[in-house]
Amino acid sequence: MAADHNAFITEATIEGDADAEGPLADATVAVKDNISTEGIRTTCGSEMLADYVPPYSATVVDRLTDAGATVVGKANMDEFGMGTTTETSAFGPTRNPVDPERVPGGSSGGSAAAVAAGGADLALGSDTGGSVRCPAAFCGVVGIKPTYGLVSRYGLVAYANSLEQIGPIAGTVEEAAAALDAIAGPDPHDGTTRDLGEVEGADPDASYAAAADGDVDGLTIGVPTELFEGADERVVETVEAAIADLEARGAETTEISLPSVEHAVQAYYVIAMAEASSNLARFDGVRYGNRAESDGNWNESFAETREEGFGAEVKRRILLGTYALSAGYHDKYYQKAQDARAWVRRDFEDAFADVDVIASPTMPVLPFELGESLDDPLRMYLADANTTPVNLANLPAVSVPAGEADGLPVGLQLVGSKFDEETVIRAASAVEDAS
Amino acid sequence: MSDTAASNDGEDATAVDAEEVRHVAELARVRLDDDEVDEFAAQFGDILEYFEALDEVPETEREEDLVNVMRPDEVEEGLTQAEALSNAEETADGYFVGPKVS
Repeated sequence: MAADHNAFITEATIEGDADAEGPLADATVAVKDNISTEGIRTTCGSEMLADYVPPYSATVVDRLTDAGATVVGKANMDEFGMGTTTETSAFGPTRNPVDPERVPGGSSGGSAAAVAAGGADLALGSDTGGSVRCPAAFCGVVGIKPTYGLVSRYGLVAYANSLEQIGPIAGTVEEAAAALDAIAGPDPHDGTTRDLGEVEGADPDASYAAAADGDVDGLTIGVPTELFEGADERVVETVEAAIADLEARGAETTEISLPSVEHAVQAYYVIAMAEASSNLARFDGVRYGNRAESDGNWNESFAETREEGFGAEVKRRILLGTYALSAGYHDKYYQKAQDARAWVRRDFEDAFADVDVIASPTMPVLPFELGESLDDPLRMYLADANTTPVNLANLPAVSVPAGEADGLPVGLQLVGSKFDEETVIRAASAVEDAS
Repeated sequence: MSDTAASNDGEDATAVDAEEVRHVAELARVRLDDDEVDEFAAQFGDILEYFEALDEVPETEREEDLVNVMRPDEVEEGLTQAEALSNAEETADGYFVGPKVS
């Protein structure tokens, strides 16, 4: 049972439209607890919001229930999405259903664990630097990180706005793609969403579920050496075998180089921490959230509220973000990180002139044991080496199970060009067919 | 970048002392206890040293593909006052009540 894995922070129901027809009719969905649900508490995995009950639902929640899916609970997560293991949650760690002594990945670990354990057919996660793809890889399920601007973030509690997207997790590529069909599309409440009718080269009538046809004949797959270097040998072998299966099905592979990705993790953390330090300034205990008992003035009261309400990793990122933006350091860290981001984006654009998708391990490591990385934040950050470049470049990506190593799931990541979700979904469905 | 490069040849470039951690925590309005200050000072040294690699990144032209997104300024339904206040710890006469100013 999902409850044994601590996949849910709150089990509560929002009924789907009983008259809806289509692939999501009667499906159950777990919603990451940083996505607002009207009348159901939305904690972000934080003591700060332990009692916060949103007065409205996120656009993605309305779209799923309109399509017939029933919300069954709010999924556990790293506090405010800040973590790669779901161990920074104030509500205790989630366990990996494949091996309960190991982490499910993060930050959307509860979402992936709920799907892997059968607690929900589908789940929503959010992916700022890999938070949908990492837990999908570690739990042996499918996760899609959409192109920036494809899915509304209205009602998502912000961590790093320029990087994050809500994405679906499911047991199969087709189910995840069907959920993406339901949640994708412009939203007047989120000015960063795009109308595909106005995006050059995009197909406004795309059916993502229909793209899961397994047909990779003639597809060109780029294999970047940088995203294999330094990865666990067992992971590399499993991923290479899955890529060989795609070749057997008619895909062509070609080695490519993305030199900029060597700096992606640094750039990602500087930008994400800087945005977090600004976004999380809103938690002062006045309009919402827990407030510390304090006799002090407003500065003291805010500082005490934030001392009590935030866990260690959130404090670390707020402080490092504040530092990186402070006088004397802004040019050294933040501006250089923006240069690196532009470089990463250009590297991918150049690569997609020659290839259709880019394949790599989703995570360079097998799932950590519980507690293994908790006292060493830098080690946890380094595990995001292959996922963060995708967020920096605003691209779509899928993590699909490639097989197992030592009985643990290994994820293959497929990255596509902007708004070309169909191609990565098609390629991912072929991986699934082969395994 | 010459001045940062010049100060980048030893551990001192990224070492963070407790005083700096306290200063940043004050800017961010996060109170820390002494143990946290020491722990963060050590961790920040490692993390900032790792961020130093950004110095190798070439200056890159950023061609942002940005457009303004506008909508007509029309009155729409929003949250009611009661809904907007529903999560506040303390309210009075339809207002949020904050901590004292001084």
